[in-house]
Amino acid sequence: MKFMDEYRDGETVHRLSREISQLADQNRTYRIMEICGGHTHSIFRFGLSQILPGNIELIHGPGCPVCVLPMGRMDEGLAMAERDGLIFTAFGDMMRVPGTTGTPLDAKARGADIRMVYSPLDALETARRNLDRPVLFFAIGFETTAPSTAVTLMKAKELGVTNFFVFCNHVLVNPAIRALLESDDMRLDAFIGPGHVSTVIGCKPYEFIAEEFQRPLVVSGFEPVDILQSIVMILRQMNAGVAKIENQYGRAVSWDGNTAARKALDRVFETRSTFMWRGLGGIPNSAYAIREEFAEFDAEKQIGVRGRSFPDPALAQCGEVLKGVKKPVECSLFGTVCKPENPVGALMVSSEGACAAQYRYSDATTVLRK
Amino acid sequence: MAKRSFTDPQITLQHGAGGEATRQLVEGLFAPAFANDTLAAMEDAAALNADGLRLAFTTDTFVVHPRNFPGGCLGSLAVHGTLNDLAVSGADPIGLSAAFVLEAGLDTSELRAQTEAMAEAARKAGVPIVTGDTKVVEHGSVDGLYINTSGVGVIRPSADLGPNRVRPGDAVLVSGPIGDHGVTILISRGEIELEADLKTDSRSVLPLTSALLDQLGSGVRWMRDATRGGVATVLNELVGGRPFGVVLEEQEIPVRDPVRGCCELLGLDPLHVANEGQFVAIVAGDRADEAIRALRNVEGGSDARIIGVVTDEHPARVVGRTSFGAKRVIDVLVGDPLPRIC
Repeated sequence: MKFMDEYRDGETVHRLSREISQLADQNRTYRIMEICGGHTHSIFRFGLSQILPGNIELIHGPGCPVCVLPMGRMDEGLAMAERDGLIFTAFGDMMRVPGTTGTPLDAKARGADIRMVYSPLDALETARRNLDRPVLFFAIGFETTAPSTAVTLMKAKELGVTNFFVFCNHVLVNPAIRALLESDDMRLDAFIGPGHVSTVIGCKPYEFIAEEFQRPLVVSGFEPVDILQSIVMILRQMNAGVAKIENQYGRAVSWDGNTAARKALDRVFETRSTFMWRGLGGIPNSAYAIREEFAEFDAEKQIGVRGRSFPDPALAQCGEVLKGVKKPVECSLFGTVCKPENPVGALMVSSEGACAAQYRYSDATTVLRK
Repeated sequence: MAKRSFTDPQITLQHGAGGEATRQLVEGLFAPAFANDTLAAMEDAAALNADGLRLAFTTDTFVVHPRNFPGGCLGSLAVHGTLNDLAVSGADPIGLSAAFVLEAGLDTSELRAQTEAMAEAARKAGVPIVTGDTKVVEHGSVDGLYINTSGVGVIRPSADLGPNRVRPGDAVLVSGPIGDHGVTILISRGEIELEADLKTDSRSVLPLTSALLDQLGSGVRWMRDATRGGVATVLNELVGGRPFGVVLEEQEIPVRDPVRGCCELLGLDPLHVANEGQFVAIVAGDRADEAIRALRNVEGGSDARIIGVVTDEHPARVVGRTSFGAKRVIDVLVGDPLPRIC
C-alpha cells in the first residue's frame, strides 16, 4: 500500500537503526520526548524502542488530548448529556473516558442519548435533523482538530442554527511544551515534534524551544521510518552541538503551516488565561475558548457548567511520567490497579496515552516482569 | 486467569462486544450460576455424550445492524454463524433451529427475504432447519428483527480438539484474509464516509474444517472461528492461563488492502476486527505445510496461511513480531473497536 509500506520497510528500518547506533555516543544518554500521542502509539505498535541503543530513551509526552482532559471537564460534559432531550456527540475515543460518575458509554447505558461522530460537521448535521432538541458536541483535541470545530461553528452561524452547542476543550501544544521545559525536574534533551498539529501551525511556532531552551525539535511523520529518521536528525544536531527546528515530515508539513486553518482558528477562538491539564496541572494560555461572536453556540455560556474540578488521583504519577522523571512501569499503579479497562491516571485512558500504549503493546518482557 | 465475580452495576454495550468486558460478564455471572463440567470447557459448542455418540451443541443470537450489507444479510449470517461453531468443534452438523424475535411493524417482504437467505445458506451447507419459534414484541422494543439459531452436530471420531492438546512448536494457521466482515459492517452503517471494494466474508467454513480434519485427523489440535474480537481475541482466549503462548509473524497475516487502509485510517487493528467466515486452527508443527495444501485444495481456501507458532517462551501471551523483528503484545479488545480521532 502506497505511503505506508515504503515507510515500514524492514531493510530501511534496519539501515536507520544501524545509523542511530553509530551516531549515538556511548558515554551519554539521550532523552528524547515524542510529544504527540500518535507517535507514542507507533513507537509501541512497531516496537521501535527495541531496535534503538540502550542509551536512547524515548519519553512519551502530553500530546494525547483525551489523556490530558481533567475529570471535571468530563463530568461537566456528562452532566449536560443527562439533561432531558439533549443529544451528546463526541469522537469515538471519548466514549471510554471516565469522569467521576463513569464514562459516556455508562451514561448511554443509563439512557442518555450519546452518539459517536467522526467530525463536528456530523454533529451539526445531527442538530439540523433534530431541530426540536439541543445537540452538544464535546470538542477535544490540539490544533489538529480545532480547525474543524472552528469551521463547523462558522457554518452553524451562517446557517442560523439555534440548537447546536460546542463544549470547547481544545488545547494548545506549545504552552504545554513550555511548561515541561520550565519545570524544575525536567530531564529532556530533544523533541520529536508533532506531525498532525504541525500541518496546521507549521514549524515556526516551535522556534522558542531551540532559541530559549537550546533543545532540538524535529517535526516527524508517524511511520517507523519517519520516526527513526527524525531520531537520526536529532542525534546529528546534538553531536554537532546545535539546536534547531527541522522538518522530517515534508510530505505533509510546510514551514508556515495551513494559513486557511489558522485564520479559522483566529476567527472563532481566543486563548484562555489558564486551563487545567490532567497530570500537569494548570498551564497558562494553554487552551482555546469560543469568542464572544460565537457565544450563542458556546455550551459553557448557554447550557452552563459548574466549573467543578477534581484533583488527579493521589497515587497516580502521571506528571512524573510526562516529564520523563519516571517510566510508566515505575508507577506503583501501572498494570495493577490502573489498566486500560479501568484507568486511574490520565495516561492509561486512550491507546495514545503513554501508559496504555506501554500496557497494550510493550515488549513481552516488560509486561511479564510485572 | 483468575475468575472474578461480576461487579459492574449496569450492562453496557461493551459487555456484548466480545472482548474483555464480555469475558468478565460470562465468567463472573453466567458461568458460576450454571456451573457444570460440560460448560466449564467454555468452547463455542458444548460436547455432549449420548450413549457413546459425541454430539456438539451450540446456540447464537444475531442482532447485526444494518441487516443487509455487501455479500450477506442477517439471515445468512445466522445460519453460517451456528454452522461455523459446529464446524470448528470438529462436528458434522445434523440440524439447526431458527427462532425469531420480530418487532411489530416489520415489513413482511423483509422477513421473507431474510428467511429465504437462511434457507439458501442452510441448503448450500446441506443442513436442514428442523425446528423454530416466533415471538412478536411491541414496536420500539427491539430493532426490527433478531434471529437465534441453535445447532446440533455429530463430532467426528477422528477429531480430538481442545486447548489441552496444544503444545509448543505447533503452527497457527488462519483460513483466509481477516477483517472483511467487521470493516464491511462499519462502512455499511453509513456513519463514516468511506467507500471500499469489500464484502463480508460470511460463509460456512465446514468444507474447510472437514478438509483439514480429513487430511490431518488428530494433527489438528484446536480450531475457533474468529468472530467478535477477531483473531487477537480468540488466540488470547486460547493461551489465557496456559503454559504456552503464541508468536504471530505480522507480515504473514493476510489482510486485504481495503481492510488495511480502513483500519489505518480509523486506528483499528485488523487482528481485533470481526470475521464471519474465517477460522484459526492450531495444527502439529510438522504437518503445517500439509494442512495448508489441504485447505488450498478446497474452494475458498486459497488464501489460507501459517501466521505463527505456539511457544513456551512467554506463557499466556500473544505476541506479534514485526517485519524488522521487534515484538509487541497483542491483547484482547476492551469493548467495541472505537476509532481514534487523530
